[in-house]
Amino acid sequence: MSVWEYANPKRFMQVSRRVLPLVVGLTVVSLVTGLVWGFFFTPDDFRQGSTVKIIFLHVPTAMMAINAWVMMLVASLIWLIRRHHVSALAAKAAAPVGLTFTLIALLTGAFWGQPMWGTWWAWDPRLTAFLILALFYLGYIALWQAVEDPDTAADLTAVLCMVGSVFAVLSRYAVKFWNQGLHQDSTILKVGEKDPIDVAYYVPLVVCIVGFVLLFVALVLMRTRTEIRARRLSALLARERLA
Amino acid sequence: MVPQDFHGVFSRGMAWDRAGAMDLVVDTLAVARGGLTVLEGVSFTLAPGQALVLRGPNGVGKTTLLRTLAGLQPAVSGTISVPPESLTYAAHADGLKAVLTVEENLQFWAAIHGVGGVADAMAQMNLSDLRARRAANLSAGQKRRLGLARLLVTGRAIWVLDEPTVSLDAASVALFAGVVRAHLAGGGMVLIATHIDLGLDEAQVLDLTPFKARVAALSDGFDEAFA
Amino acid sequence: MMALLLRDLRLAFRAGGGFGLGLAFFLLVAVLVPLGVGPEPATLAKIAPGILWVGALLACLLSLDRIFALDFEDGSLDLLATSPIPLEGVVAVKAFAHWLVTGLPLTVAAPVLGVLLNLAGQGYLWLVVSLAAGTPALSVIGAFGAALTVGVKRGGLLVSLLVLPLYVPTLIFGAEVVKRGATGAEVQVPLLLLAGITAGAVAFLPFAAAAALRVNLR
Repeated sequence: MSVWEYANPKRFMQVSRRVLPLVVGLTVVSLVTGLVWGFFFTPDDFRQGSTVKIIFLHVPTAMMAINAWVMMLVASLIWLIRRHHVSALAAKAAAPVGLTFTLIALLTGAFWGQPMWGTWWAWDPRLTAFLILALFYLGYIALWQAVEDPDTAADLTAVLCMVGSVFAVLSRYAVKFWNQGLHQDSTILKVGEKDPIDVAYYVPLVVCIVGFVLLFVALVLMRTRTEIRARRLSALLARERLA
Repeated sequence: MVPQDFHGVFSRGMAWDRAGAMDLVVDTLAVARGGLTVLEGVSFTLAPGQALVLRGPNGVGKTTLLRTLAGLQPAVSGTISVPPESLTYAAHADGLKAVLTVEENLQFWAAIHGVGGVADAMAQMNLSDLRARRAANLSAGQKRRLGLARLLVTGRAIWVLDEPTVSLDAASVALFAGVVRAHLAGGGMVLIATHIDLGLDEAQVLDLTPFKARVAALSDGFDEAFA
Repeated sequence: MMALLLRDLRLAFRAGGGFGLGLAFFLLVAVLVPLGVGPEPATLAKIAPGILWVGALLACLLSLDRIFALDFEDGSLDLLATSPIPLEGVVAVKAFAHWLVTGLPLTVAAPVLGVLLNLAGQGYLWLVVSLAAGTPALSVIGAFGAALTVGVKRGGLLVSLLVLPLYVPTLIFGAEVVKRGATGAEVQVPLLLLAGITAGAVAFLPFAAAAALRVNLR
């Protein structure tokens, strides 16, 4: 059986109905485990105190903010190439989730930055890049809202997503060039190198990351199911007008 | 295997002066509006010198069919024997610029299509006296005549016209019918969607009502197109 | 193609075409900013590169939705799409016409406004060079945004929302050239990056914009 069979709306609805409770369950388990472990069963940092524990929200949401856009890009490409409606609707469904993750990452970053850097906001390249990413999400969502015909909207947003991805990467390097910044480098993948993240944080952080990935999958599945139903409904209404 | 649209491939790029004998063959065409098929199984053949009048109630899909023939939207299925480059399309919107004069408007389209004949087109549509007037200062009927004069400077064989006589008075309708006849006499073809009798008695008439797409019975599941 | 360029220019220069609006807006920005931040020459000199670039960018934004919307409304776009000119060419020509009507005048007028904002002496050359290298990208990116929203009624605000994030790299490198130029620092790197973005945008975006137009005409 080809993987594309899942792109059939009927098949997608059947499979997702069965998979969704499992994903939601795993999401709850891993998020509760990771966050409780991270917040209550890790030591305070010798310099940052308990403030450091916001890492368990900040890092996973920041990662998912970017990954959600990548997922939208892949889904948009699948829509443009293979014309599977489910793919286009999944991209549409992922955008508000990605935007929310971006905003959470910015907000938790502000809470972290205030005691550490002494400011809620700095025009640091990473922060700026995330702010710009939020603008990209806003534009993408606004275009979906503005265009009435669903297939037209899917095509236009897919083109925007492709062009936007290129410019998002360009912007990332442009702001790096523009300001050197306060933000520390990512240390997640540096275990074994010098100055790694402490193992006491590492394990619960990985659990949290898994939890947020699952949360993203669960939310996108739910929202895609809603979009499919809405699309089905409007198709039925259009058919009624025609008959 | 012969590709389904081999006829279209072969006829591509032929200028109509040379390919005067090229028929317009539309075969089991289905067209969609807003993702829903509105017409299906539309077939007709138009030979050089022939005109076809499309009829049918509002909303049956005349405009959709004409836009599909003009290459502005893809057909759901079926074939059109000539490439879109041999057709020219004229619809409700004339594509006129209010701040340009009659002559400038026509000259622009002539230059875009790489042909001349602006003065001749103005003469045929009785616009010569208005040549220096801005399109903004034309009456609705005069604008319409200018929009139709554009057809003459495209150098294309097949005219696809969507309600061309809107806001034309009786004299102008007769004038336009004469222009259409002259085009047919020169080996051109004309496809008109209209409710008004143009006085083109020689034209064939195609009623689109029988081609209205049947709304298929609902399946219990979702197919790819959601409809 | 030449005919299309001449027509667009003629339309822009005749009554109601909107030529000069962008320039007037640019002038307004340069006048309003000192009124807002105060007249100290040192402060103005410091922010002049950024203000001039942001002003040029916003002035460019003003007329974007006209690139295709007017032709869409009166049916010209349908006729152009069925004409012998490829739609990619139509986009490129129209973006070029937009640049001739907005970007070029802004580039020429910018030094005068630089005087109002007390731009440092060495900065003028680089202001003109960076605007000349960067404003074509603003027009092409803008044409892409306009193509996406051509079917949307009152799409002006939406165009801004779509296009402004895409303007970020151009703005950063453009303003950086002027900033460095004004202080006598090396400008080569940002200038090359700016020119690279312009070249890439001019090369690829007409295709994306034409695809968007085809979808919107469907």
